[in-house]
Amino acid sequence: MPSEPAGLFADHALEFPGGYTRSTGPVIGRFLTELRDGRIVGVAAPDGKILVPPFEYDPATGASVGGGPANAETGQYRFVPVGPAGTVTAWAWVRRPRDVHPLRQPFGWALIRMDGADTALLHAVDTGGKEKAMRTGLRVRPRWREASQRVGHIRDIECFVPEVTMLTAPSRVDYRLPAGRALSRFLEGIAQGKILGHRCGVCGQVYVPMRGLCPVDGVPTSEEVEVPDTGTITTFAVNNIPDPRAPQVPFVVAHILLDGADTAILALVGGVPANQVRMGMRVRAAWRPREEWAPSMANIRWFEPTGEADAPAESCEGHF
Amino acid sequence: MAGRDVAVVAFAQTKHAAADSGLSETEMLQPVIAEVLGQAGLACAQIGFTCSGSCDYLAGAPFSFVSALDAVGAWPPISESHVEMDAAWALYEAWVRLQHGDIDSALVYGFGKSTQGDLREIMTLQLDPYYLAPLGLDQVSLAALQARAYLEASGRTERDLADVAARSLRAAAANPYAVQAEALTVDEVLAQPHAVTPLRPADCAPITDGAAAIVLAAGDLARRLRERPAWIRGIDHRIEAHYPGVRDLTQSASTAQAARAASAGSSGSLGSLGSLGSAGAVGSVRAAGAVEAVGSVGSVRTVGAVGAAGSVRAVGSVGAAGAARPDVAELHAQFSHEELILRDALGLAGDVLVNPSGGPLGANPVMATGLIRIGEAAARIFDGSAARALAHAASGPCLQHNLVCVLEGE
Repeated sequence: MPSEPAGLFADHALEFPGGYTRSTGPVIGRFLTELRDGRIVGVAAPDGKILVPPFEYDPATGASVGGGPANAETGQYRFVPVGPAGTVTAWAWVRRPRDVHPLRQPFGWALIRMDGADTALLHAVDTGGKEKAMRTGLRVRPRWREASQRVGHIRDIECFVPEVTMLTAPSRVDYRLPAGRALSRFLEGIAQGKILGHRCGVCGQVYVPMRGLCPVDGVPTSEEVEVPDTGTITTFAVNNIPDPRAPQVPFVVAHILLDGADTAILALVGGVPANQVRMGMRVRAAWRPREEWAPSMANIRWFEPTGEADAPAESCEGHF
Repeated sequence: MAGRDVAVVAFAQTKHAAADSGLSETEMLQPVIAEVLGQAGLACAQIGFTCSGSCDYLAGAPFSFVSALDAVGAWPPISESHVEMDAAWALYEAWVRLQHGDIDSALVYGFGKSTQGDLREIMTLQLDPYYLAPLGLDQVSLAALQARAYLEASGRTERDLADVAARSLRAAAANPYAVQAEALTVDEVLAQPHAVTPLRPADCAPITDGAAAIVLAAGDLARRLRERPAWIRGIDHRIEAHYPGVRDLTQSASTAQAARAASAGSSGSLGSLGSLGSAGAVGSVRAAGAVEAVGSVGSVRTVGAVGAAGSVRAVGSVGAAGAARPDVAELHAQFSHEELILRDALGLAGDVLVNPSGGPLGANPVMATGLIRIGEAAARIFDGSAARALAHAASGPCLQHNLVCVLEGE
């Protein structure tokens, strides 16, 4: 297009008003007629190869497709139904469709070898705008225009669409879960800004939160211990998949060994870039405002660095 | 080659532009004609035959090549012809005409102003009107299909395409006739959003206005007009089936065939290749990586008709033997992947200088771009920087039609 006209310009169109009329001949005409009926046919070349779309001549030899050993019986054109599915053999992806393109949203062009054919048909593929769904080898089927709209034209096939390989199955079951005695007591503490645990009467380990029994000794526990909201990161993971419970992506989930506890809790780490989180980092709970407190771990938004020196490895022995 | 020795003795081109200069086609062409005749030291009346290449769809006007004759000066009436193709094919016609022996010189020119319309969609008009054109299949989309097929078959990556683009833009920056575009690094090319995946804007030749002209002369006249003429040792063109779905897009059998035929006349004799039967040729093309599609499309017939033979690989082995190895190659690759396909087909060794002008990615005045490849290759013979040069021109979608011209100094 002229960008900076340096002189006089005239707009000019080259057009056949109403369109240019072309005869189809017997082979292409048959193909287009079948399209109007919602079918795709190929033609047998003299060597038996099936050409889709069909040509009047064999592209390998130039011979008429009406002859040859493959068509000896009839001595006429032999049309063969193909498909309805085909396989993508090459493709390109259009991010910004042009006005003349068959689809308005991003789509793929593809060479499609119809089942039963030996050559490939060029057409558009609609993957719902998803480039990642396009690939060589993709199985596709035509999406036809409505029968009343079909006129015997290559665009009677609106486009091709991938075969169905996935479905979405809604799945949901509802429950009502009791917290149990030990966890209820723990959450009562949390509702008051306190972190509670149990010490085992046999081994002396402090479990936070408590389970009401010692999984090592298999005995009930009842000695309540309150631990501070400070601790040490023993291990962590950086998550790049969004989660409704996390503030942003990436976010860090860590095992935190609270001071005075012998078991680590799993919690978010915030207030620090993900790439600065490390094992041994000292952290403190960041509590939500007191008026928002409920019997829920959500009272603690996350743990954030205290700024202290990292804990020595011995202090977390058995937890790294 | 048997026949008359014909050489390129003069070459001129416009400073190609990516924006309309406000000149008509004829106004753009006239200085180039004047310059090329001046180089040759010939007046129009001394030219035996004139042949041009242009496309009416670029201007949107019928017979626009007729008005272009005003730039030549066609009175008294001249012997003239025209091809609705890149002017490299006009040069082929002129070369054939010179073989008749009754004339000794020819003027060849090509021109086009792609900025006057939407080139990507104008190129749709060259497609089969039943199955392809009605889809609105534009030029870049078709090229991208071939690029994908090639990348998947060869194991090459989009970075390999970007290498070609960056190298071409760098070379074009040093060529005063190329479109003055910014040179880009490979990473800068890769940072561009795709035009049509897997091609980026830098992988696609720019929309360009321009013209070029060449004077051919035979025998002693060539020696009189130019101290070091670029002798055409071989020139040949081959075409494949049109519909992309019936051919192997991952290689260019027609380029390999044209190169084999064009090389047969170069000073390194390739007689040993001629002893292979045509059946052997088909087999060795397959062995060189062709897939079954080679057997199902036009190339088999072409191989048989050539009778000469050899294989895609044989062209390379000729190079290794030092017989037909060019010092420089100018390739009509309008998209990055086309250069890679052509290099494979021509068996070009890694140290052959390819598109030192920047090639079509540096300037693509459609209908002159192929002729410019011959002109740029000849210019390397003129100045003595190359002893042998290969020029390639292409036509049709996805490298359907390919011409190879082998030039040598004396």
